[in-house]
Amino acid sequence: MTQQQTEGGDVRLTGISKTYGSFKAVKPLDLTVPQGSFFALLGASGCGKTTTLRMIAGLEEATTGTISLGGRDITDLPPYKRPVNTVFQSYALFPHLDITENVAFGLRRRGIKSVKKQVDDMLELVQLGDFAKRKPHQLSGGQQQRVAVARALINHPQVLLLDEPLGALDLKLRRQMQLELKRIQTEVGITFIHVTHDQEEAMTMADTVAVMNGGRVEQLGAPADLYENPKTTFVANFLGTSNLIEGEIVSAGTDIVVAAGGGKLRLPTERCSAPTANGGKLLLGVRPEKISLAHADDADAIADGRNRVTGRIVDSSFIGVSTQYVVESPAGKALQVYEQNVERRAGLRAGAEVVLHWNPAHTFGLDAAQDIDAGVETVEDAA
Amino acid sequence: MTVTKEAPPAAPVTELKVRKASTRKRLVPYWLLLPGILWLVVFFALPLVYQASTSVQTGSLEKGFEVTWHFQTYWDALKDYYPQFIRSLLYAGTATLLCLLLGYPLAYLIAFKAGRWRNVVLVLVIAPFFTSFLIRTLAWKTILADGGAVVDVLNTLHILDVTSWLGWTESNRVLATPMAVVCGLTYNFLPFMILPLYTSLERIDGRLHEAAGDLYATPATTFRKVTFPLSMPGVVSGTLLTFIPASGDYVNAELLGSTDTKMVGSVIQTQFLRVLDYPTAAALSFILMAVVLIMVTVYIRRSGTEDLV
Amino acid sequence: MPVLRWIRRNLIVIAGLLTLAYLILPNVVVMVFSFNKPNGRFNYAWQHFSLDAWKDPCGVADMCGSLSLSLQIATWATIGATVLGTMISFALVRYRFRARGAINSLIFLPMAMPEVVMAASLLTLFLNMGAQLGFWTILIAHVMFCLSFVVTAVKARVMSMDPRLEEAARDLYAGPVQTFLRVTLPIAAPGIAAGALLAFALSFDDFIITNFNAGSTVTFPMFVWGSAQRGTPVQINVIGTAMFIIAVLVVVAGQLIANRRKNSAR
Repeated sequence: MTQQQTEGGDVRLTGISKTYGSFKAVKPLDLTVPQGSFFALLGASGCGKTTTLRMIAGLEEATTGTISLGGRDITDLPPYKRPVNTVFQSYALFPHLDITENVAFGLRRRGIKSVKKQVDDMLELVQLGDFAKRKPHQLSGGQQQRVAVARALINHPQVLLLDEPLGALDLKLRRQMQLELKRIQTEVGITFIHVTHDQEEAMTMADTVAVMNGGRVEQLGAPADLYENPKTTFVANFLGTSNLIEGEIVSAGTDIVVAAGGGKLRLPTERCSAPTANGGKLLLGVRPEKISLAHADDADAIADGRNRVTGRIVDSSFIGVSTQYVVESPAGKALQVYEQNVERRAGLRAGAEVVLHWNPAHTFGLDAAQDIDAGVETVEDAA
Repeated sequence: MTVTKEAPPAAPVTELKVRKASTRKRLVPYWLLLPGILWLVVFFALPLVYQASTSVQTGSLEKGFEVTWHFQTYWDALKDYYPQFIRSLLYAGTATLLCLLLGYPLAYLIAFKAGRWRNVVLVLVIAPFFTSFLIRTLAWKTILADGGAVVDVLNTLHILDVTSWLGWTESNRVLATPMAVVCGLTYNFLPFMILPLYTSLERIDGRLHEAAGDLYATPATTFRKVTFPLSMPGVVSGTLLTFIPASGDYVNAELLGSTDTKMVGSVIQTQFLRVLDYPTAAALSFILMAVVLIMVTVYIRRSGTEDLV
Repeated sequence: MPVLRWIRRNLIVIAGLLTLAYLILPNVVVMVFSFNKPNGRFNYAWQHFSLDAWKDPCGVADMCGSLSLSLQIATWATIGATVLGTMISFALVRYRFRARGAINSLIFLPMAMPEVVMAASLLTLFLNMGAQLGFWTILIAHVMFCLSFVVTAVKARVMSMDPRLEEAARDLYAGPVQTFLRVTLPIAAPGIAAGALLAFALSFDDFIITNFNAGSTVTFPMFVWGSAQRGTPVQINVIGTAMFIIAVLVVVAGQLIANRRKNSAR
């Protein structure tokens, strides 16, 4: 609720790192979170995102580097002296205190005697006015989550830190709470730093997302920008799904032409983040929903100038709004195609010979020296 | 706009000041541990050292004792008192087994069958603790008294004939026989068996029983293959909590037994407090400690629950 | 045979109830015999009903003195062992430090040691130091053997405590002292209370270690022990029965309060 959109309240991490013994949880990183933004740290478990958050909160001591808030160095301040509050994973509500006392905890510790009005207002903001006298265990997960938010926000922190705040909720409730949190953030205008492993959550809520992997920030930007222009295979695979096709550069100009899977594919040069020497290797990427499917018999009807790959459907699953196909082709063993279910197309079933085609402008290029499967969610990860 | 860049890989880490946890913070656990651990070192560990040294001393009360590395004391103590040793282990072992046999059904009952009576039964198990165990042990003198109801029933059923033939009782007496001592020991340490058993049984998910039944196990098989193995931690800690104190106990042997049922605790007490033969008492106490620790270690190893501690 | 089948079906319940009876029987006897008027010095055989002992519970020389001494020792030993044991528990659960294994064994060993061994060795120490046996030596011994049990009870509770609760407190402007008083202590309280209760019961009822290290001081269990030789006054049963009833009442009252709190919160 302080002055908005000024340089004054930025969170600035400079060369911050954390080492446990010989394990480098967070490698030296620089990061600036502008005041009033909704910032997400996105990554798989163990990528260092929570450690980074905890260092900002003061719960973890940084091994190197400094943290400043609005130009003030807070690196050596204990957590109870930082104008920063946290919404903890699984909330950490005090089980021995009722909701009112949980929410009033921070105010009381700062010696504020008359807390009633503020607590009531805050419970109103999170729509829990009727639950003031209950104990945390008598609330549902979603309600507990809102108490945790209220307990932190009532202190008017300069920055609110959220550590996987929605992780314990079921899918529907999570979607609802995402919108709710976004609403609250817009309403109070405080900087939110949100840690999550859920890429949809990060993209829905945040205006800036930093994708972390192995203790470093892989890429940072607005959600749409990250999705459309991933710079690494990790980002391409972790944020949504990407079809990555390995090929060899044939010619480079305004468009790059690549030989892959027995054909030629093109992409705009400005969408390629890798060096483009002739004869060099390149990874071509295209999102599944950008691809159209045509039956092999109808291949003639495809407009010229589109990228084409021929293949055979090995699997299709109907999921309501769309149908997802897995296509085996010389360009890739399991290319994904999502097609909107505008009209059902009887010919496209497993075993059918098809042509995949898409606008070359929707293709991006990545350095082929990377692990092509980095960031792909496996069964163990999802568990 | 948001600005970020990774610190260039060339930037040597030495350039960044590495913070170490402050000394004060690192010392916190040691300050927390210090008083309690010091207490245990001075009043538990150190006395054992003193006792070890006493056991190899010779001398007399008048002239004082001196360390002479007289290991003969150990041999003499064993030679003179081996019956009490064997008896102690035998009685304690029997009592432990009986505790397990008696305690398991009750623990099972509380965990799975008591329903809303659970807390009531638990209170009834714990409440006797609050009456001095000496008073309760004396009550067994009344219960097992010659010509009392218990002895009469056992006599009528000719059970006493069998037990007397086995040497557990004498003619038509129960009091002042091994059976009375074992009965007292069993009674005294039964709660120490029931509580850990209950704790580990209570943790078992009731659906496991249903799952076992669904997978063609009879109730008996379910118990053997599912319930009992899962209650092993309770069985192990229960047997230890029963056997260890029972092996060193002399209260039951003194109050309910006779001179023929003396246990080693009795001997140590007499040597220490009446005869004032400190080396022999110390040697006996050391042998008892060694025997119990070895048995306990072997037992824990074999039952594979070393994470018990 | 329906009767046999019923027995077979309820075998566990029957066996369990028999064990329960075995556990309770001596308490019943103690209670019944507190109303006895024995012939002679020993209260082992039933003679006539009488309220004499209940009317004059302190009528036996030295008994109530020993009882009050036992209560004092148990109180101080409980306080000492609970404070020291709670500190150790927190260090063990919440911090990393060297020699953890050695410290764990040092705490486990007193529980794996026959009492008579600890009793004898502690007496050796006191004799060597030339300490005056009495109140203080008993207290030292009691704190020593209660400590391990308190650590076990409190550790279990602290281990199940979410460390994030303390982090949340620190995050919400509570300094170290405030965090401990407002969050850590209230949440660990049930474990600490269980440890303290156990320590009190163990200390109050201890005979073997006390007997070795008491010198000429007489605690209540020692008084009972002595009376088994000299003659057992009925008042012993009165005290035993009263203790039993108080314990049951305390537990029941505790349950009722806990239940009411749960219901009113609803």
